[in-house]
Amino acid sequence: MGELPDATVPKLPHGVRFRADKARGGHILVGPERIFNIDGVSVEILKRVDGQTDIAGIVADLASVFTAEPAVIRPDVEAFLIDLRDKQMVTL
Amino acid sequence: MSETLLDDRPRPSSAPKPKPQPPIGLLAELTHRCPLRCTYCSNPIELESRSAELDTETWKRVFSEAADLGVIHLHLSGGEPCSRKDIVELTRHAAEVGLYTNLITSGVGVKESQLDALFEAGCDHIQLSMQGADEEITVAVAGMKGAFERKQEFARQVVARGFPLTLNSVIHRQNIHQVPVMIEKAVEFGAKRIEIAHTQYYGWALRNRAHLMPTKADVDRTIEQVEEARERLKGVLVIDAVFPDYYAKYPKLCNGGWGTRTLSVTPSGKVLPCHAAETIEHLDFWSVRDHSLADVWDHGPAFEAYRGTDWMQEPCRSCERKHIDYGGCRCQALALVGDASATDPACVKSPHHDRMGDLARSESAFAPDPDKVSYRLIGAA
Ligand code: SF4
Ligand code: SF4
Repeated sequence: MGELPDATVPKLPHGVRFRADKARGGHILVGPERIFNIDGVSVEILKRVDGQTDIAGIVADLASVFTAEPAVIRPDVEAFLIDLRDKQMVTL
Repeated sequence: MSETLLDDRPRPSSAPKPKPQPPIGLLAELTHRCPLRCTYCSNPIELESRSAELDTETWKRVFSEAADLGVIHLHLSGGEPCSRKDIVELTRHAAEVGLYTNLITSGVGVKESQLDALFEAGCDHIQLSMQGADEEITVAVAGMKGAFERKQEFARQVVARGFPLTLNSVIHRQNIHQVPVMIEKAVEFGAKRIEIAHTQYYGWALRNRAHLMPTKADVDRTIEQVEEARERLKGVLVIDAVFPDYYAKYPKLCNGGWGTRTLSVTPSGKVLPCHAAETIEHLDFWSVRDHSLADVWDHGPAFEAYRGTDWMQEPCRSCERKHIDYGGCRCQALALVGDASATDPACVKSPHHDRMGDLARSESAFAPDPDKVSYRLIGAA
């Protein structure tokens, strides 16, 4: 399976905010001097990053909402979160 | 997902006056009071007095309006923003209305308890100014004994609390030789980012330009040092650098274009398209005391004056780069050419370009004369 253990709890560190962008539409992930536009499934992933739910829980929830196999979506979820970790926007 | 580093969000075209896109950044100069007296300070020579400052409720209203208008990053600045007794209350309100709060501070005189309160109030990020990499240079630049020691301690306290920290080093002739050490200090302090920003010559810095201007050789060496450090510190420290445009070929893009992405509010409430815009005296700056922020952004005459490309003269008007740099800096055009709608003389196509380079070369060639430096005033009466 993926690189991350089931019990990994992704978290937005202090100084990173995820929110809707009412003025322009869509969602944004905001850090010091940087703004990422977030769309599609990525929004659904970040909505579940609450600092409590572990990766297995996030994937299970997404799988039930989108009626997909957890094993199928997990690599994408992990890749997305690892990329954000490398940008210092998420801790794992 | 697409990253939009602040410089490449879409900007409006110059089609017949569409409503401008919403701004993404607001620089709130809460006060001009500051315990430091930096020679490069970009505050105006005429500092606004404490009695003229907006009160707490008005700032809160401005922050609410900014959030509604679409502002994402709020930069709480000054002067020293922590000179305001209500800094924690203002930060809390800004965070509550959804703004990303960046505190730009000298770190001097900020108590640990204040830092705790700011953390709890939702302050997202701290940007600490660094005048030099040691006590000697820091005192020479900032005019305050013990400031370096204090800043080092402050940086430690900030990082220990879990704030992301950026160091901001304004570079000039007095400290340009310390750039590599400043970068090492940033790593040592646990900062995530450092800005190596060459002085921009407005306000006090313009007055002190002959004292601050580095030589071309020093600038070239710094560019190499920054490139080397960037490569070596990938994943550890982000290094953002701004180099002096007196030696450049093309001007810098002003904050993504005049009235396009950012706005500033002065301590007394004047809304400016750029923090130095008051040097363009004929502009009419509306105040938040009389107008909503949205009203100023959409219709304020100072914002409309140089927004887009309609105001341009030649050579900008027919230039293929006009949507890249928007003709450069309006303040610099006025300061050096005497016309705020002229091509920025940093541009090689400007008839004044050579004069600008000569000025920099001749000013930087002489040893600085300490008796001729003007330290900024601590605050107006
Ligand atoms: S002529 Fe004007 S638009 Fe063209 S590069 Fe120079 S400053 Fe920019
Ligand atoms: S007009 Fe000039 S001084 Fe003002 S923000 Fe733009 S580049 Fe800077």
